[in-house]
Amino acid sequence: MTTDTAEIKLTPKDFTTDQEVRWCPGCGDYSILKQVQSILPETGVNKEDIVFISGIGCSSRFPYYMDTFGMHSIHGRATAVASGLKIARPELSVWVITGDGDSLSIGGNHLIHTIRRNFNMNILLFNNEIYGLTKGQYSPTSPEGKVTKSTPMGSLDHPFNPMALCLGADATFIARAMDRDVKHLREVLVRANDHIGTSLLEIYQNCNVFNDGAFEIYTDKGSKKEEALFLEEGQPLVFGNDDNKGILLDNGTPKVVRLDDGMYTKEDLWIHDSSDKHKAYLLTTFFDNPSLEGHMPRPFGVFYAQDRFRYEEAMYQQLDLAVERKGEGNLDKLLRGENTWTVS
Amino acid sequence: MAKVVEEKRVVTIVFAGDSGDGIQLTGTQFTNTSALFGNDVSTFPNYPAEIRAPQGTVAGVSGFQLQFGSVEVYTAGDICDVLVAMNAAAFKVNLPRLKKSGTIIINTDGFNAKDLRLAGYESSPLEDKSLEDYRTISIDVTKLTAAALVDSGLGKKEVERSRNMFVLGFLYYMYNREIAPTEKFIKEKFAKAPHLIDANIKVLKAGYNFGDTSETFTSRYNVKAAKLPVGTYRNIMGNQATALGLVAASQKAGLDLFYGSYPITPASDILHELSKHKNFGVKTFQAEDEIAAVCSTIGASFGGELGVTASSGPGIALKGEAIGLAVMLELPMVVINVQRGGPSTGLPTKTEQADLMQAMYGRNGEAPMPVISASSPSDCFDAAFEACRIAIEHMTPVFFLSDGYMANGSEPWKFPTTDELKEIKVVHAKERKQDDPEFLPYKRDERLVREWALPGTKGLEHRIGGIEKEWDTGNISYNPENHERMVKVRAAKVARIADSIPLQTIDSGADSGKVLVLGWGSTYGVIKTALKECLEEGLEVSHAHLRYIEPFPKNLGEIIKKFDKVLIPEMNNGQLVKIIRDKFLVDAKGLNKIKGIPFSTPEIVLAIKELAHA
Ligand SMILES: Cc1ncc(C[n+]2csc(CCOP(=O)(O)OP(=O)(O)O)c2C)c(N)n1
Ligand code: SF4
Ligand SMILES: [Mg+2]
Repeated sequence: MTTDTAEIKLTPKDFTTDQEVRWCPGCGDYSILKQVQSILPETGVNKEDIVFISGIGCSSRFPYYMDTFGMHSIHGRATAVASGLKIARPELSVWVITGDGDSLSIGGNHLIHTIRRNFNMNILLFNNEIYGLTKGQYSPTSPEGKVTKSTPMGSLDHPFNPMALCLGADATFIARAMDRDVKHLREVLVRANDHIGTSLLEIYQNCNVFNDGAFEIYTDKGSKKEEALFLEEGQPLVFGNDDNKGILLDNGTPKVVRLDDGMYTKEDLWIHDSSDKHKAYLLTTFFDNPSLEGHMPRPFGVFYAQDRFRYEEAMYQQLDLAVERKGEGNLDKLLRGENTWTVS
Repeated sequence: MAKVVEEKRVVTIVFAGDSGDGIQLTGTQFTNTSALFGNDVSTFPNYPAEIRAPQGTVAGVSGFQLQFGSVEVYTAGDICDVLVAMNAAAFKVNLPRLKKSGTIIINTDGFNAKDLRLAGYESSPLEDKSLEDYRTISIDVTKLTAAALVDSGLGKKEVERSRNMFVLGFLYYMYNREIAPTEKFIKEKFAKAPHLIDANIKVLKAGYNFGDTSETFTSRYNVKAAKLPVGTYRNIMGNQATALGLVAASQKAGLDLFYGSYPITPASDILHELSKHKNFGVKTFQAEDEIAAVCSTIGASFGGELGVTASSGPGIALKGEAIGLAVMLELPMVVINVQRGGPSTGLPTKTEQADLMQAMYGRNGEAPMPVISASSPSDCFDAAFEACRIAIEHMTPVFFLSDGYMANGSEPWKFPTTDELKEIKVVHAKERKQDDPEFLPYKRDERLVREWALPGTKGLEHRIGGIEKEWDTGNISYNPENHERMVKVRAAKVARIADSIPLQTIDSGADSGKVLVLGWGSTYGVIKTALKECLEEGLEVSHAHLRYIEPFPKNLGEIIKKFDKVLIPEMNNGQLVKIIRDKFLVDAKGLNKIKGIPFSTPEIVLAIKELAHA
């Protein structure tokens, strides 16, 4: 007799495979892998009902390290593969793992279409602002002027703002986290998984080989408080050393104010409400180059979450409705058609 | 006036007019009515690529050719007995198809000064002496239609739009057909606009009565029902048959059908047809592009459904990388290519067979795939069904080739019952309990087929992907020996499908002789017709038509050896001929036509004779 595994409480270890993890030592991908493995037991979903689908890139090796069902597909297409799987098997818990090149360059089209259809799946976008696997070319999220192997004189591309792009595609869930803040990453992963619909989670991930320190300003103890703005539901937007700064809406325009000079208190600030699309839109515009004078801090957390019908659910409703209207399909009737004649 | 009734065995009519004249509908109605009456029929719609091509011009001409008979017909006919020309441009384009002494039915209103200018005529061809070779029936269809609808309250546009019904009614009289089936069709089509039902039926009847009362011609024609093999028939178009074949396969396999597609001529009608059958659990997904179409299909197949994706050449090119992924994943999937003229956008509404090499070799790396071809509109059903069977039973993506000619053409179909269809065996990997041996995703059975392991099954958690797999385990492997072994086993797996498909048969002619005409695809009908002629003349020629192109039936080599010469007619610049030469080292000769239109019987007959007498 074997015991039903569903009753055994799973642990992160149950989600590790025997495959040797091949990322470079120090790569931010490790931390993300660890956090995903650590939240899955809490979701209560059986291992066999979880599927990880990835494209191509360093990040896309992820499924090989997860002891669930998985597919390492082709460059840019993981969202499309996942869409078909979701239509076929809506009950599965589907995770898409993708890089900034994978999802925003070659796979940009599928990303926006998946998002607007709002399949119930989680997309983890590992953004390292570089093409890691192909050894260091600039990506659609690399900043202007970025010097890389393919841009010795600096990149001419203006980068994508992933949060704004996805919100523009009518995403029902957008959030940002970073590899180095594991506690926060964990929280946001849980929220992404809880959201019913397409959850787009951008994760700042350090590629210590080809783009080391790209997000240091948000992760480094010395600058983090000043540069990173952590969004908390129902809480005022506060950041800065000793929480000495806040953001308020001045006639609809975000404005950074000081909380330590007696002019403003927390009561005056913008309260984070992830159901407010207008506020979410404003948050996505906090995307300034951090070297600019007077730039806004970069938000982390859940920008926006909204409930909207899921493509796959609507499809099954149509299938049911079709049966209701026409009855279960009868193959003989279908083959026969409407007009027949007999030769005897 | 009483008219003499003449018997005819076969008749070919071409309906031609402006693309806004409702020509396809008129042709389809005449076809369906004739089929219902019991004639054998074969059709060839031929229309411009532009939805609203410049009115009245040669470029905007839409044609619908149909052959019907009291004997079996295999093509839409080579030369026409009757040309229906709604305007001067339609007349100009189609007159060369008309046989000498044939009948021309002319809408005189389509030959005014502007029409003539648009068609590029300096003077009216109707006054030309050469027309004396034909029998011309001139009717002012516009005027008569308007007269029939004088009290209808319809506007000029709507009146003009029902002119085709007048012509149809007239031809129904001429060919002694009942108008009831078309009346029924009109009632269904305009169910939401009752005033149009009355108007169209009125015009249809006016056309019929005009034939009866006018003195424009003295004889009517009778084409008796054909002596088709005993059974119950319906008329069917190729794309429709393909769609039904897919639904049938999904039902037989007990799997839901997932159809991922992006619209493209001439494949879209499969999507349209399938989307009507949601009550069979058919899931149609109109993706954002062909890449998403095929990738979503792979996702659905991974999830355990019968995944099918379809396109035409340009879209197949986009799917290439993902089809290669499916080859690596060894998941069942059917890829349909309804071929059209290429390369690039090519001739989108014209037919061609130029994507065979693309199906065989159009992927990076060594990526073998079974290739199945249909040979006529109704055969699309069997071929599509068979493609699904092979995909599921052999865990492989399969190419199914159709083309614009058979996709849009129609013919009577002796449809099967569910019980007559082959069984499709679906085997899923079984749940693993704790003490069971570990699941090996790439372990193969004696046919070299791996197991289909569905997400949601306990103990089968595994990862697959496009990187080379290790033998049995499916883990990533860069080992050189392993790669070579895997490349070979994927090829051997496809080759072994030959064990489960029927042997090649000879369609007509003897088992051996001077010339073997080896065909594939929609050239079936015209080769068969040519063979009939040649055999009647006593030529030593035979015809074999391929359904299985990869792998070939096991006996194909032996068949070929029994003939002195092999002729391979193709609507391309020579593709099957290269494969046959490669596989069997025979000096096969190609007969190639790359004009976007099917072969005519004389073209094939001539090539056979030249080769037979060479
Ligand atoms: C069709 C195709 N084009 C190009 C490549 C090469 N390629 C592999 S990964 C990659 C970029 C990966 O960058 P990203 O998605 O950011 O992933 P990362 O490696 O940074 O995690 C490229 C260009 C490929 N595998 N397939
Ligand atoms: S190249 Fe960069 S992203 Fe890729 S594994 Fe190494 S550190 Fe990570
Ligand atoms: Mg990257």
